[in-house]
Amino acid sequence: MSLATEQASPAATRPAKPKTKRGPEHRPGLNRWLPYALLAPAVLLELFIHIIPMIVGIWMSFVKLTKFFIANWSSAPGAGLGNYKVALDFDNAVGQGLLKSFGVTVAFSLITVAFSWVLGMAAAVALQPEFRGRGLVRTLFLVPYALPAYAGILTWNFMLQRDTGAVNHVLEQLHLSDGNTFWLIGGNALVSLITVAGWKLWTFAFLTLMAGMQSIPRDLYEAASVDGAGNIRQWRNITLPSLRPVNLVLVLVLFLWTFSDFNTPYVLFGTAQPPAGDLITFHIYNASFLTWNFGTGAAMSVLLLIFLMIVTGAYLLVTGRRSRRA
Amino acid sequence: MRLRSLVAAVAATALGISLAACGGGDSDGASGGGSGGDQTLTYWASNQGTSLDNDKEVLTPVLEKFTKDTGIKVNLEVIGWNDLQTRIQTAITSGQAPDVVNIGNTWAASLQATDAFLPFDGDAMNAIGGKDKFVPTALATGGKEGTDPTSVPLYGLAYGLYYNKAMFAAAGLQPPKTWEEMVAAAKKLTVPAKNQWGMALAAGSYTENVHFAFINAAQNKADWFNGEGKPTFTGDGNVQGVLRYLDLMQKDKVANPSNAQYDNGTKSVNDFATKKVAMVINQNNADSSIVANGMKAGEYGVVPFPAPAGGEPVASHVAGINLSIFKNTKNKDAALKFVNYMTSAQTQTTLGKPFASLPVLKDAKPVFTTDEAEAATFQDVYNTKSKPLPLVPAEDQFESTVGKAMNAMFAKIATGGTVTADDVKAALKTAEDQVAASS
Repeated sequence: MSLATEQASPAATRPAKPKTKRGPEHRPGLNRWLPYALLAPAVLLELFIHIIPMIVGIWMSFVKLTKFFIANWSSAPGAGLGNYKVALDFDNAVGQGLLKSFGVTVAFSLITVAFSWVLGMAAAVALQPEFRGRGLVRTLFLVPYALPAYAGILTWNFMLQRDTGAVNHVLEQLHLSDGNTFWLIGGNALVSLITVAGWKLWTFAFLTLMAGMQSIPRDLYEAASVDGAGNIRQWRNITLPSLRPVNLVLVLVLFLWTFSDFNTPYVLFGTAQPPAGDLITFHIYNASFLTWNFGTGAAMSVLLLIFLMIVTGAYLLVTGRRSRRA
Repeated sequence: MRLRSLVAAVAATALGISLAACGGGDSDGASGGGSGGDQTLTYWASNQGTSLDNDKEVLTPVLEKFTKDTGIKVNLEVIGWNDLQTRIQTAITSGQAPDVVNIGNTWAASLQATDAFLPFDGDAMNAIGGKDKFVPTALATGGKEGTDPTSVPLYGLAYGLYYNKAMFAAAGLQPPKTWEEMVAAAKKLTVPAKNQWGMALAAGSYTENVHFAFINAAQNKADWFNGEGKPTFTGDGNVQGVLRYLDLMQKDKVANPSNAQYDNGTKSVNDFATKKVAMVINQNNADSSIVANGMKAGEYGVVPFPAPAGGEPVASHVAGINLSIFKNTKNKDAALKFVNYMTSAQTQTTLGKPFASLPVLKDAKPVFTTDEAEAATFQDVYNTKSKPLPLVPAEDQFESTVGKAMNAMFAKIATGGTVTADDVKAALKTAEDQVAASS
């Protein structure tokens, strides 16, 4: 209501505006409220979509929310740090499972981010010079990004089947294997997971890096070229340093996305996820929904959140310091 | 003024969106209706037929008849098996639940523990026709022993060993009566050069795997939980039972290693129906898939899944679908009428054929097949050779932990590894610890 009263005054002072030509500062009420009013919808949505669920999640991690209480979950008894103790007790099956899954996820994230970045960078560099059909190739590269994740991953699932999948068929035709390799169970599951996640992700890296490269002045390259610098030298001494701010954000975003990826393992493996592809988000899903222990699942989620916050903070601190020094 | 209305509009929209987000599901979870003549029940049915649409086609006329008889409308939603458990959990948590729901009967004790379902006490049981109308073993799956059940049987199912008659005749074999005979026959019918295998296993499906962990252990007279509901997974009988089943792929080599990727029973049944394998162990609702895939009735026979010589003659768990009423329903009487109708002799006969189910009512005859020998075999297994899965609250955890451990062991075997009795014991110990830690 106060919003409405505050706004009455600027309406009244409006006739003065053409004389002064000094804009909004002459309308103190509006000036004060407009930014908040424009932010309000976003803040409200943020509150309902992220903040409140997060608070509920943190609360859940401190109560014994098992099947015995989910029907009336506000009455679940407190668990203190019990859920955290179970999740972090590495002598016990639950803790061991979480630790293993954490290890798998770290390996998965690092390799996937590296793989996506290298591929994206290579493609962005290759598509810098103008040539006939460049637009078409760029469009084609964006297909994985445009495709609904579910459809793309499901197609991979078909292709990676042992007996009927295209991957084994092609490898057999090329005499690279006997065509009997398992891709979705056993140790290869991680390779498959990285391939599929990388396939989904590298085009984002490509798009971001390509956009970043557009802003590098051409004359830098021309000058370097006159001085006799080759392509690799130009890339190392001009492209890479110029893309530094882009890369800082890109690598962080890719890491956060891969570390909390749920779609890829869920659609690729279904409910029968192999131990080698047991990513932490899927592990938490199982802990919550298959064993009906939402308290422990929530504790694991909070631990994941803390870990990602620490990694992000440390990353920004280290890279920020280096930027300032440079 | 323009600005004020703009701000108001934006604020109202934002509020509207967030309110809609909070209240979402109100409409589809409606247990409303409530008053007077136009009562409406919401019913979540599990997928029983060849597809979700097929289920709708089969159920719609049955539900219309109920509406005609009672004036109560039924709002039907058919839910696939992969989603059903999560949907039920969400319904329990949010309170936005249907009135009546199908559940897998093995979940009965776990769901009962949530206290979200209506107990069929004396009055409720009388309202649906009394407990004497049901086959006692089927009714026993309705909840924990010694309590009022929170679910009643709807469709009965049991495992049987399907065999290809022509393949058996060509190899001069008789249908097996013991485990040893089954393995010997499977070995004889395994011709990897022709890509023909003795058996197909849904070795990547944790739900199928855990059923065989249970049945094979039961044949060894072993239990998975003690009297207090505590897990006893690592007993010798359990370890040996699990190993015996794994050995079909590992030691006996009568199943294609690719089966380790079969994450549901349909794939192994399809291999049988298309004559790639000589035998498959499946529940009697496999009949519709087998026929749909081109095998004719009469080309296959069914015998009970055999126990090893000297073992307990357990050939199946008491499988099937139960019916539950959510406790917070506003239409309790209508829901009880509906359960009574669905478990009436007439409805059971109507649905028994399309859903290939065994009758859960005393003295009823199976109608899912015209093959009398097959019908008699399944009925015999269901009534006399089956044992209910552990009726304890942690049953669902037993299914997920032991089933997934078996998936991983099959994967190890398929990719060239070896699984010993010690490995099985270690895997079951991990599963046991997981259950203990989360109960």
